[in-house]
Amino acid sequence: MKNISRDKIIFFGGALFIFLVIQIMISTGALNDFWSTIIRLGAVYAIVSLGLNLIYGFNGQFSLGQFGFYAIGAYTAADITYRWTNNNNALGLTVVLMVVLLSGLGILLLRRLLGRIRGLDALSAFAIYLIAVIGLSIVGLYLGVVISPAITAILSVLPSGVALFFVFLVSIIVAGLVAAEISFLFGLPVLTLGSDYFGIATLGFTIIVKVLLDNSDTLLGFEEMKGARGMIGIPKITTWFWVFIFLFLVVLIMRNLLHSSYGRAIVSIREDEIASKAMGIDVGSYKNMAFILGSFFAGLAGALYAHINGFLHPNTFNFIKSFDPMIIIVLGGLGSITGTLITSFVWVLVLEGVLRLFLPEGFETWRYVVYPIILLLIMLLRPKGLFGDYELPFLRQELPPMFAGKKAFAEESQAQADALRELGLSPGATGDTSAPQEAGK
Amino acid sequence: MSDANMSSNGQQPILEAKELIMQFGGLRAVNNFSLSLYPHDLQGLIGPNGAGKTTVFNMVTGVYTPTAGQIQLLDDDITGLEPYEINQLGIARTFQNIRLFPNLTVLDNVRIAYHTHAGYGLLDGIMHNPKFGKNEKELTLQAQEFLSVFNLEDRQGEIAKNLPYGEQRRLEIARALAAEPKVLLLDEPAAGMNPAESNQLMDLIHFIRERFDLTILLIEHQMRVVMGICETISVMDFGEVIARGTPREIQTNPRVVEAYLGPGTAALTEKFRRKKEQ
Repeated sequence: MKNISRDKIIFFGGALFIFLVIQIMISTGALNDFWSTIIRLGAVYAIVSLGLNLIYGFNGQFSLGQFGFYAIGAYTAADITYRWTNNNNALGLTVVLMVVLLSGLGILLLRRLLGRIRGLDALSAFAIYLIAVIGLSIVGLYLGVVISPAITAILSVLPSGVALFFVFLVSIIVAGLVAAEISFLFGLPVLTLGSDYFGIATLGFTIIVKVLLDNSDTLLGFEEMKGARGMIGIPKITTWFWVFIFLFLVVLIMRNLLHSSYGRAIVSIREDEIASKAMGIDVGSYKNMAFILGSFFAGLAGALYAHINGFLHPNTFNFIKSFDPMIIIVLGGLGSITGTLITSFVWVLVLEGVLRLFLPEGFETWRYVVYPIILLLIMLLRPKGLFGDYELPFLRQELPPMFAGKKAFAEESQAQADALRELGLSPGATGDTSAPQEAGK
Repeated sequence: MSDANMSSNGQQPILEAKELIMQFGGLRAVNNFSLSLYPHDLQGLIGPNGAGKTTVFNMVTGVYTPTAGQIQLLDDDITGLEPYEINQLGIARTFQNIRLFPNLTVLDNVRIAYHTHAGYGLLDGIMHNPKFGKNEKELTLQAQEFLSVFNLEDRQGEIAKNLPYGEQRRLEIARALAAEPKVLLLDEPAAGMNPAESNQLMDLIHFIRERFDLTILLIEHQMRVVMGICETISVMDFGEVIARGTPREIQTNPRVVEAYLGPGTAALTEKFRRKKEQ
């Protein structure tokens, strides 16, 4: 018990220390804008990659769709804060919030109802959910428009800083929820595919999202997104504080989930899907759970990313880029939270910082030659990733001591061992004695 | 096809398969397979390679949906349910080629099977609240209890794929039992074991049947094991049950001998047996 709490203190203390040091360096100007942006970008990449690690590293579903959900999160949050700062109304906020809440509740309710139907195939379930979500979204849209003036009035009463803080906070969470709900709908039919086919389908998803964003002003009708010209005028309000808090929460959620029975169910699917089905684990719904949670993280990260530079362009989210988090998690070690965390920061620092600064002038684009060579070397030298399955003490799963807090049990198990012998099956004597010897070695 | 009457002293069968047919394209892998398992039975299923034994297991555990026929677990019709639903209703199995979760610890392998009995929700798991703490501790204790029953308590931190073969087999059985089943299906548990190990295994099977009050159906190729522990044996060939009875009856059944050794050999073995008896 003592040991566990010590790890906890070290972890929380270490996190606080890192937060304070970087915060002080930023406040005092020791880190200029360039480096501070890189650090914030590193944290955002860490959140996306942790989400993907949950999907691929822990659940074993090869997904290239992470950047699609990242893009959805980014544009959703950007639209909400853009409307608040530039148009001075909360229309974006209320509409998206209402749509997300209503369809979220609808999905949860339907899950209860559909769970009772035996032998419902994934496609019919998908059709039902889709119709329900579209219907509820339309209702949410009207509801959002109706309550928008009231919410705008309430928020206008607050000091502008507080109101922006509130709008930003809600927009981040809502962006995550939008990504999560879309991933739920997308995952229903697609997660029934085997791993490689799933990869191709998710790649398709990223491309669809990118093309839709290219035409967001004409096809989707969002004037302010400006399609392929790129969205400008988003408030630059993602500070180190925001990215740090969300990164910290994501790490905690991942860690706690993975150390629970649900996390073990998720990991068992990666290990052997057939065996985990035979052990009573509803493989379909746990694949979905990991996919939804991973996409939720991607949505959060997207929302944070949108407010770093105040500029979004669909090309940031094209499918070539969607390999970035994949490379990060493979490089850091599949199934390692620590590896993903550290590699994300190193990745951004090296690619955007160090190589950009230290390559001779005119050779900046050579960083795209240098980094694949580094990747190649690392993969050759450390095929399991830089960190393999190493975890920091607090993130590592501790092996519980045998029969902690139950001393009487020792006698009971002794009685069982005696019972086994008393069964009187002659060869049992040899078997019984050989096993402990083996174990003793 | 005669029913196995020896254990049916007025009891309701715990698992009953009625005229199962499994058709793969033009191949009828299993034809008119019927089986009744009564509480506390220990039945064997044997037959040459390709006879359809594992297909029967796969139908019972929901991996395949039978083309025709019905499977009943006590009063529930479980035909065509998903494997995880069937496991939750009380049928657990092991696999012919061991299917552990190779990169997880021995303890986690067992704890995963406990998942449906975890007793806390997803949010409790994410929050790590007191409810989680209490249930998780209980679950871990139970899993460890299982490991000690199977003599694996010193191995709880070991990665499953690093265990020696015999221990992997034992771990797989432990994992199957952790799901608290009523019926246990063992697919070739003694495959690849030496005589000492398979003796140990026979004791283990007897022991778990008493300790957990199980009904067991097993597929096995090692005749010594099947004949040694099973009370009733069904013999399959080309997807059909060709004989059913006690080990003694099976050993002398000419159709069984023919299925294993080829046509005409029944007469030959009969001759040898008589010579031996003389």
